[in-house]
Amino acid sequence: MPLPVVAVNAGVGTNAGDSANDVLLRVADLRVEFGARAVLRDVTFDLHAGETLGLVGESGSGKSTLARAILRLIRSSKGSVLWRGQDLLACEPAALRPLRRDLQIVFQDPLASLDPRMTVGEIIAEPLRIFEPALNAQARSDRVGEMLERVGLAADMIGRYPHEFSGGQCQRIGIARAMILGPKLLICDEPVSSLDVSIQGQIVNLLLDLQRDVGTSMLFISHNLAVVRHISHRILVMYSGRVVEIASRDALFAAPVHPYTRALLAAVAVMPPPRGAAGPARAPLTGGPPIAGAPRRAEPAASPAAADFGCAFRDRCAYAVGICGTTVRLEEIAAGHWVACHRSQEFTASPLAPKD
Amino acid sequence: MAPILNIDDLTVSFPQPDRSIFAVRQVSLAVAARECVAIVGESGSGKTQIFMAAMGLLAGNAAAQGSVRFEGSEILGAPAPQLNGIRGSKLTMVFQDPMTSLTPHLKIGIQLAEVLVCHAGKSWSEARIAARRMLERVRVPDPARRLNQYPHELSGGLRQRVTIGMSLLCEPLLVIADEPTTALDVTVQAQIVDLLRAMREEVGMALVLISHDLGVVAGLADRILVMYAGRIVESADSAELFRGPRHPYTGALLKCIPTLSGPSLARLPTLPGQPPQPGDSVDGCAFAPRCPRAAERCRTERPLLREIEDGGARRVACHFPLSP
Repeated sequence: MPLPVVAVNAGVGTNAGDSANDVLLRVADLRVEFGARAVLRDVTFDLHAGETLGLVGESGSGKSTLARAILRLIRSSKGSVLWRGQDLLACEPAALRPLRRDLQIVFQDPLASLDPRMTVGEIIAEPLRIFEPALNAQARSDRVGEMLERVGLAADMIGRYPHEFSGGQCQRIGIARAMILGPKLLICDEPVSSLDVSIQGQIVNLLLDLQRDVGTSMLFISHNLAVVRHISHRILVMYSGRVVEIASRDALFAAPVHPYTRALLAAVAVMPPPRGAAGPARAPLTGGPPIAGAPRRAEPAASPAAADFGCAFRDRCAYAVGICGTTVRLEEIAAGHWVACHRSQEFTASPLAPKD
Repeated sequence: MAPILNIDDLTVSFPQPDRSIFAVRQVSLAVAARECVAIVGESGSGKTQIFMAAMGLLAGNAAAQGSVRFEGSEILGAPAPQLNGIRGSKLTMVFQDPMTSLTPHLKIGIQLAEVLVCHAGKSWSEARIAARRMLERVRVPDPARRLNQYPHELSGGLRQRVTIGMSLLCEPLLVIADEPTTALDVTVQAQIVDLLRAMREEVGMALVLISHDLGVVAGLADRILVMYAGRIVESADSAELFRGPRHPYTGALLKCIPTLSGPSLARLPTLPGQPPQPGDSVDGCAFAPRCPRAAERCRTERPLLREIEDGGARRVACHFPLSP
């Protein structure tokens, strides 16, 4: 099927030389508003078949909103979400439904995302009931049992209820539910954030094993940069509802360009601490991120539309200059490395000192 | 230096009709003046319950045995009037979620001033001035305006600065901070860690830092206690612990933390299995089912927390500790 023409920014956030057919999901100029507030603005990126794209940013940066907007769990006001060439945002509900078997999600809070009144078997069987209604009860039960064992739970747990399981086990159940149909895209929204560190690795490795076996692409949302670093092919950094940088994993960690990306990396505590040092090196960041879409404090009279102009990070940025008040777009500064910063060329040419 | 907090053989349990659920088992520890001790452990390891007992804040159905002495006087089971003379002034606490630990319907200024009115006998006008000064000390921008705001008008990081300021108003001897950065974003976490470090120098209080995050405590603590299944399994000088963990659980925990440096891995290191539930009865070492070094002895005989070679600073509860 030929790909429709994508109006603006086609191919942004993709690797140079990739063929268009390789693109599974193409999000273009996506905008989501809550009332008068735009919480996602001009979000544009591609996701390739078999790829894991890490999505990082602080709370309120719009990571979860983006996940929900892609799946049309919330309404977008502008832009497109092309799924294998078809715009999910323009689909009739009846046309969308069969596509959903390929689009699955695992949520952050493992217990809250499971219906407390359903047994584990019923929870995992529900997608099969909906999408494979011809399956008889025995076949369905066999599939559920296999899936339970595949995610590391005993098949005889099938009749138990969610509250009988630990957080890590509940997350395994959520993963089993998401993967039983063999989806092409799995969105993981902070799947390990509420789990203890000794359990996190087990769950991440399970996701990676399933991805390898099924060939699923993953959009992996996390505020934990270290986890994202280990499992992502490419990483997308969000700030205040916008994409500020997209790069391959190695490029992002070796040579981050956007001042926000660099501050974020510097803020992560160094493990183990350097011997004799007073403590981990700290980011020169003060303040907190703005609430997406809120008027900037410096401009109390600004209309929500005015907040669309300029770099959202400039209030906290040590390198901000006059031009940063004007609209900034993602630009490709090296093959596959996209940055939304007016001064990105200067940063890559030579290291700059902060203004103060 | 004489310790200001002495916890001796503390056990916290929740009696049920058919059995008892043990959250803390025979924990002993001491905190010296001006010292920063971190208690590290995963959820359910009992780290918070130790200090709930120390503050007299245990749930009504909990039972505490042992002894908790603050400045020499026993506070376990002490009557409320005696406790109220200590907690909130000499012994204070900072909680994980600054939204729920501040009262939503009172302005910041009133909540801060109230501490000084109740505990230091100050008038409301004096207390309000002191409250504003404290907001300046904890680096809250525009403190005069913040006094007139409600908690929901502040960001999470600012709210945590307010609760830290509140804990310091009466010049406490000891502040217990329970996961003070866990609810915050990573860039804000770094700011709060820096603030706690600065306050230790300026105010000179002792600090107990309860956390699941070894990375956060690394830059702050003098000493780290690692808990597993209700017991302390390792106690070490902070730098020594990171240089060479001696308990296999500490070692596994450190290995599980994904890093930002070094080669990136296709799989994350893991610790297989799960910790025992607080209700499970454990013979021998609670970590044995997950421990690669476990032998028959580990399953039958519980290892005691004991000093190992180097002069007593290092204590480990393991029959077969890792080599240094």
